[in-house]
Amino acid sequence: MSETAPTSAPVRRSCIPASFTRRGLLLGVRLSTVFTLGSLVDGVLFGALARQAGLGAFEAMLMSASVAAGTAQLVALELWTRPLPALAIVLTVLLVNLRHVVFGAALPRWFLRLPRRKIYGSAFFLYDESWMLAMNRFEAGERDAAVLVGSGAAMLVAWTAGTVVGHRLGSELPSLDALGFDFLVMAVLVAMLVGFWKGKGSLLPWSVAAGVAVVASWLLPGSWYILLGGIAGGVVGGLADAR
Amino acid sequence: MRVDLSTLLVILGMALATYATRAGGLWLMQRFEPSPLVASCLRHTPGAILVALVAPMVITGGLLGGVVAAVTVLVAARTGNVLLATGVGVAAVWLLRTLA
Repeated sequence: MSETAPTSAPVRRSCIPASFTRRGLLLGVRLSTVFTLGSLVDGVLFGALARQAGLGAFEAMLMSASVAAGTAQLVALELWTRPLPALAIVLTVLLVNLRHVVFGAALPRWFLRLPRRKIYGSAFFLYDESWMLAMNRFEAGERDAAVLVGSGAAMLVAWTAGTVVGHRLGSELPSLDALGFDFLVMAVLVAMLVGFWKGKGSLLPWSVAAGVAVVASWLLPGSWYILLGGIAGGVVGGLADAR
Repeated sequence: MRVDLSTLLVILGMALATYATRAGGLWLMQRFEPSPLVASCLRHTPGAILVALVAPMVITGGLLGGVVAAVTVLVAARTGNVLLATGVGVAAVWLLRTLA
């Protein structure tokens, strides 16, 4: 990719070109290789867990292909009881994914110069890794917005394919409680949690979230404790940062 | 192929909610900047949700749950690898149960 060298005259922001080309798509696919492989493996794990939670193969595949958010999908599995608490699941997914709003808002402003279809089409592929990758390139001078879609699309295909494979393999694996698999979900969530740690600033909101959640889990029915703990932690975190 | 209507509707709801968060930032950016306070709250919310989900699980798991959580956190913090940390955590459960 050729980096635009600064010219002697400063380029006005309104002159920054924005493109969306096949080259960008392929570049995105290539750059995301490690993340794509990771998505494949994570997908297999999700597929097996989805099966355990009672989802059918098509349902698991559809969820992965349309939601494309691993953490939120895992959290949703935890709430997957009959009858399905639809509102709680959808609201929880919304809250877990709120960070995407900030990702979208952090994209360079020239992104908005693309045709609407491409702006909002690209949004579908806004994952943690594809966003990080694209932002990295954009800050280095890349102006081809398709890098985001390319990297995201590769990850999506891998995630969905992995889900299908994992769901299939789930039937082959015997009940593995003796091997510690009853703690599997907890371990996965705890491991993912580490990635969300933002340093000392997370200590207070997380403590509040944990405390509120534990107490709410004793007092309230169903899974409302998750939403309450999450909102409490988020608000406290934001307020503490502002002080 | 097992297809259940309530499941499909919930999945659709999840997909729409998720897309709304992805498109939302772009949509909002076309209109205004999020206040630093709101952006801050948003930043902390996903981690807080996960903590809220996990905390009661760890407590319910008792001593074993606490140990598994601690081991998983250590490995994840060191390696940044979710699968590895999960594997070690699960192995720790198996090991402790075998030794007990």
